[in-house]
Amino acid sequence: MIEIRDVSKTYGSTVVVDGVSLTLPKGGLTAIIGPNGAGKSTLLSMVARLLPMDSGQVMVDGLDVARTPGDALARRLAFLRQDNHMVARLTVRDLVTFGRYPYSRGRPTREDQGHVERALGYLGLSDLSERYLDELSGGQRQRAFVAMVLCQDTDYMLFDEPLNNLDIRHAVGMMKLLKGAAKDFAKTVVVVLHDINFASCYADHIVVMRDGKLFLQGTPDDIVRPEILSSIYATDFAVHDLDGHRIATYFT
Amino acid sequence: MRRNPLAILAILALIALAAAIGFMTIGARGSWSFILSFRGTKLLGMVLVGYAIALSTVLFQTITNNRILTPSIMGFDALYGLLQTLLVLVFGAAFISGLDARLLFLIEVTVMMGFSLILFRLLFSGALKSLHLLMLAGVVLGILFRSLSGFLQRIIDPNDFLVLQDRLFASFNSIDSQLLGVSFLLVGLVSAIAWRIGHSFDVMALGRETAISLGVDHQRQTLVILLLVSVLVCVSTALVGPATFFGLLVANLAYIIMPTAKHRHVIPAACLLAIITLVGGQTLLERVFAFNTALSIIIEFAGGLFFILFLLRGAIR
Repeated sequence: MIEIRDVSKTYGSTVVVDGVSLTLPKGGLTAIIGPNGAGKSTLLSMVARLLPMDSGQVMVDGLDVARTPGDALARRLAFLRQDNHMVARLTVRDLVTFGRYPYSRGRPTREDQGHVERALGYLGLSDLSERYLDELSGGQRQRAFVAMVLCQDTDYMLFDEPLNNLDIRHAVGMMKLLKGAAKDFAKTVVVVLHDINFASCYADHIVVMRDGKLFLQGTPDDIVRPEILSSIYATDFAVHDLDGHRIATYFT
Repeated sequence: MRRNPLAILAILALIALAAAIGFMTIGARGSWSFILSFRGTKLLGMVLVGYAIALSTVLFQTITNNRILTPSIMGFDALYGLLQTLLVLVFGAAFISGLDARLLFLIEVTVMMGFSLILFRLLFSGALKSLHLLMLAGVVLGILFRSLSGFLQRIIDPNDFLVLQDRLFASFNSIDSQLLGVSFLLVGLVSAIAWRIGHSFDVMALGRETAISLGVDHQRQTLVILLLVSVLVCVSTALVGPATFFGLLVANLAYIIMPTAKHRHVIPAACLLAIITLVGGQTLLERVFAFNTALSIIIEFAGGLFFILFLLRGAIR
């Protein structure tokens, strides 16, 4: 369980995250949605201890992220940002092997190698494993990073816009993968999403942020409604029931 | 198909060995005991300096995630220059020359480490871009140190100035043998610490966010590496003077010729390349050019050509 207690973050005089309290249940896929500048990524960064918070506290399974040693937390919680710039020239396998660093400290054991192979297989990267990252397309690179996070084998996985750079096939594949990890391995997956329909079809729980505050939370059935979506995004929405999913349209 | 990193390291080690043997034996005439101690001191000095410069540059580039920076951007060598200038200005050249060089050296190392510690404490408060802020502050302070030294050198006694200038020029011909022992000790200590925390270097190179996510205490590790770098810069600057472009050259050469970016391959490669360049270059200088030029000139000339070549080929990203 991730407990976020009254967390705030200010840049200068701009309040980016404003007293958010939120409990994310263990297991399942939680989507965080909201307009640009709502503080979604900032909140996730603070949960992942990448950003110090100005006030408040985040507990992961009862561990305070600000006080727990980094390596202990790295075996429970993994985080992937939206853009991952890298100077070093690495192969896909090198990168994915880094996911085992919290366990093996740079000396991967046979068991670690097994994790690496499985993660490469999941993401369909086995054939590309000896390629250098700078020789891959944006989508392939994104999948390599996700493989690294999977390899870290943590109970909690946080993703900041993992569908960036992915085409339709790989975006669907990614969401299926994350959903599968949540379901089959009882992982807790938290994803910042921009595509409301992906959230509607895959999330177990949707958290809505607006203006740095927690705006709403609930199941897709609670959130994906025309009047609610219009109040979040200030755009007209229509919601259709298609094959058992609620699909929002907002293009015209 | 892919080149084997260990094979490349072995070849580099052989070339370095050949350069060392060449340096010790070519044109040797007269008493061997004199040659061994005279050239041996020089050789040890060059090996130590090459190692220190290569290691400090690679580590600095790892924590800054930038392959065109050297520790000199943080004003380390400028601070060394200012320290020397201040010492000579306040106590006079005669007093400084009379002082035990090793004591002076340890004082300088302490001040330099204190400087990086203060800089780090002041600026690394955990804000997002703080490493860049740290470097920017280093750049500004470096300019301040250089200007201050320049100003002080203008008002200094001309005789003192000559002594000072001699201390500040990069030269591989006048390695201070008194400092070799204590330098070896310091570099050995730094290497031992680097070895102990070495497993985190590769992770640090992935960038701050990924490193933290993988459980590395990024801030603490950055501080430790900065302190190690400041000791190494101190050692190399004290022994031969500022020679920073050289570090950039060997580090980037190592990145290019090694098939992996792993530090356990890149660091030895960079160190061996540094030793080859220094020892081989000095041999050429002494035997071919008969001391008619300075090694740093040759290195910077060849290094500049190399850099332009690789920029044109787009190999440096």
